Amino acid sequence: MTAYVIRRLLATIPVMAVVALFVFFLLHLTPGDPAAVIAGDDASPAEVEGVRRKLGLDRPMWEQFAIYTWNLLRGDLGTSIFSNLPVLTLVRQRLEPSLVLAVSTLVIAVVFAIPMGVVAAWKARTAVDRIVMAFSVMGFAMPVFLIGYMLIYIFAIELRWLPVQGYRPLAQGIVGTARSIVLPAFALGMVYMALIARITRASMLEVLSEDYIRTAHAKGVATTGVLLRHALKNAAVPIVTVIGIGLALLISGVVLTETVFNIPGLGRLTVDAILKRDYPIIQGLIILFAGVKVLVNLMIDLSYTWLDPRIRY
Amino acid sequence: MNGTNDKRNGLRRVPAALAAAALLAGIAGGTALAAEKVLRATMHADVRTVDPFWTTQTIAGIHGMMVYDTLFSSDHNLKAQPQMVESWTVSPDRLTYTFVLRLGLKFHDGSPVTSKDVVASMNRWGKRDGAGKQLFGYTASLTAKDDKTFEWKLKEPYGLVIDTLAKTGTSIPFVMREKEAMVDPMQQIQEIIGSGPFAFKRDEWVPGSKTVYVKFKDYAPRKEPASGHAGGKVVKVDRVEFVWLPDPQTAQSALVAGEIDYLENPQPDFLPILESTPGIKIESHPAMGTMGIVQLNHLHPPFNNVKARQAMYYILNNADYLNTIAANKDLQRLCFSYFGCGVEMETDAGSEAYKAAKDYKKAEALFKEAGYNGEPITILHATDHQYINPANQVMIQQLRKAGFLKLDVQAMDWGSVVARRAKKEAPAQGGWNIFITGTTVLSSSTPITHVSIGMGCEKAWFGWPCDAKLEELRKAWAFAPDSAKRKEIAIELSKRAYEQVPYVSFGQWVNPVAYRADRISGVLPVPSVPPMWNIEKK
Repeated sequence: MTAYVIRRLLATIPVMAVVALFVFFLLHLTPGDPAAVIAGDDASPAEVEGVRRKLGLDRPMWEQFAIYTWNLLRGDLGTSIFSNLPVLTLVRQRLEPSLVLAVSTLVIAVVFAIPMGVVAAWKARTAVDRIVMAFSVMGFAMPVFLIGYMLIYIFAIELRWLPVQGYRPLAQGIVGTARSIVLPAFALGMVYMALIARITRASMLEVLSEDYIRTAHAKGVATTGVLLRHALKNAAVPIVTVIGIGLALLISGVVLTETVFNIPGLGRLTVDAILKRDYPIIQGLIILFAGVKVLVNLMIDLSYTWLDPRIRY
Repeated sequence: MNGTNDKRNGLRRVPAALAAAALLAGIAGGTALAAEKVLRATMHADVRTVDPFWTTQTIAGIHGMMVYDTLFSSDHNLKAQPQMVESWTVSPDRLTYTFVLRLGLKFHDGSPVTSKDVVASMNRWGKRDGAGKQLFGYTASLTAKDDKTFEWKLKEPYGLVIDTLAKTGTSIPFVMREKEAMVDPMQQIQEIIGSGPFAFKRDEWVPGSKTVYVKFKDYAPRKEPASGHAGGKVVKVDRVEFVWLPDPQTAQSALVAGEIDYLENPQPDFLPILESTPGIKIESHPAMGTMGIVQLNHLHPPFNNVKARQAMYYILNNADYLNTIAANKDLQRLCFSYFGCGVEMETDAGSEAYKAAKDYKKAEALFKEAGYNGEPITILHATDHQYINPANQVMIQQLRKAGFLKLDVQAMDWGSVVARRAKKEAPAQGGWNIFITGTTVLSSSTPITHVSIGMGCEKAWFGWPCDAKLEELRKAWAFAPDSAKRKEIAIELSKRAYEQVPYVSFGQWVNPVAYRADRISGVLPVPSVPPMWNIEKK
């Protein structure tokens, strides 16, 4: 097992190198110019050129790549062209809201979706099953911004129970954080609820038709025990995979939710940087996201051994 | 049994205790906040750059106006008034200006503001700002005579010294400490220490989310009442937070819910909602607003020929753009003045052809005279911009409707347009023929600050229009001794511009501000850079 983990971690090095190379050239070959954005609308072409020179963007591509790689190897993700702040500082500022939103969304999704999926499978082809599936289709079909606006209108403007926007850091009290995160987490959680409920249902349906489930029923095990102890645990591998992928996606940014609810997360940081062509931020974040994806995948793979003892590495 | 009951009761008490603790924490937090008056404002953009000379973006000017002070300022009527300057004299030959600074001016680190800081700051600003470059072009010397006195000597009697120093469109001539002002203007300064009414809180700055300023307690405001950017900058709150809300719908909801007090740029579509919300007030200034620009590339066919440029007057229809961008008629201004409407230099001289009924046949004939033979016209269409995207759609439809033009519409984001517009190559080699942009009415209100009207060939704005006579008129305007003479020249300039067509304007629309009048008072409506002083929170 330890050897497997080390092997997997070492395998991340070439992956990250390819990501770094790909991101750098993709960005620099994409049309757009941060110097023109900085210089502003009234700047003359000569002024734009002056800014470009100062930023080092007039240097040959290979030279820029060499500097970027050298800094990366030293653990330096660079400095934002616009704010002049280190990329790591910007990431640190955004990490907490992103993590809190991701975890809250997944908790809400899992808490609602797994029971829904289990019940839908247990009552397959009945009205309950159809209601759960209808909800699931709706969760997929409704755009997150629409759900967001509806939640804001009902709970923030009409009822005045929760704030319209913004994120309260944990350091200022967990109640404030919870109040600020509940609407975005629900808005975003809908699609994950739908996804996890469907996967749970499908996976449970497969397991419920197995012989050992029939045996458990024959031995007089209560329905709850059959569903939770015998069926759900054996159906868990695909469900955990979906949850894990969801976590990685959520950490790497959910731009629309962050924009609608003004959550200063990593997703908005990425999109803003792309629109402004703030190369160091984009490069740094994509490297970071690639790392998160690799680690989450590793954790999912390791969790399989716990969920299903037959799996060995 | 009793033990079990106790345990149960204890468990029951946990949520109650948690709720009480949370409530107390909330009350304590609330008390701390209540003691401090915080003004929360959402501006048109996020403060991402804190050096107001390094970039010419308006938001950097707004940030600068919080932190730094200026020698002169514009009042509500856009007239120059002294701000940091106590007094000044002009020599009879109008070549030497001597300025004396007010007493008691201090930077946020406690050091006094001296003439040396002013000289270094003006030199740094003059290397980046268009009007500043113009002023320094006529400058013989700028020297500090003593701690409070400095002298500005000119080579020629340039008439816009005070007006230029009072400009409130970016880049604004802010006064920094000499230490920062000595930094190359192409490089960002590290420390943001000004002598303005607010101090910047770098430790609380989260680019893309929030920018925080606190009242500078040692600021010595002028005695005159506040008017526009002039007069006493009396700060009446403890703290100002610029909360960046990129989604216009969320921004208006936050104002309605009272989470922000001030919204600089509400989307026109949401104004009826805001107007009908009790407590919210919408306000504007006559010179507040945006002017649309259809920028033509003068380097390549067909628009390198003036006939093709003039032909655009017979195709483009101002009202269509305004109805699309700002459907509310109160916000529109069917403006045919190159200098904007509602300002001193407003004139529509020479605009007869553009005002006349649209005539595609006439347009086709003019294009033919220009040698146009069905070559594709490359349009850079920014699809991610609030008003440029719809304006592009209107223009493309109008050009198609003319029936004889072949269009090559290239959709891209605004970031790509700003890079592509700098290319001088022919459209087929990566250049362009047309792109749409805009400018503020304030920037375009004089021939000197209006960059797009310049026809200085290589030195001109993107599109590189070239006309010596128009440039002579701009210079003459700058040297005119008084306002009447300037207006006279502005009329001549307008006629020449309509003849040579540096660009085609598509009207003017107002971007009012919205605020919670039930919570704040003392808002100063000004065009471009809104001041946060004088605002009182109830």
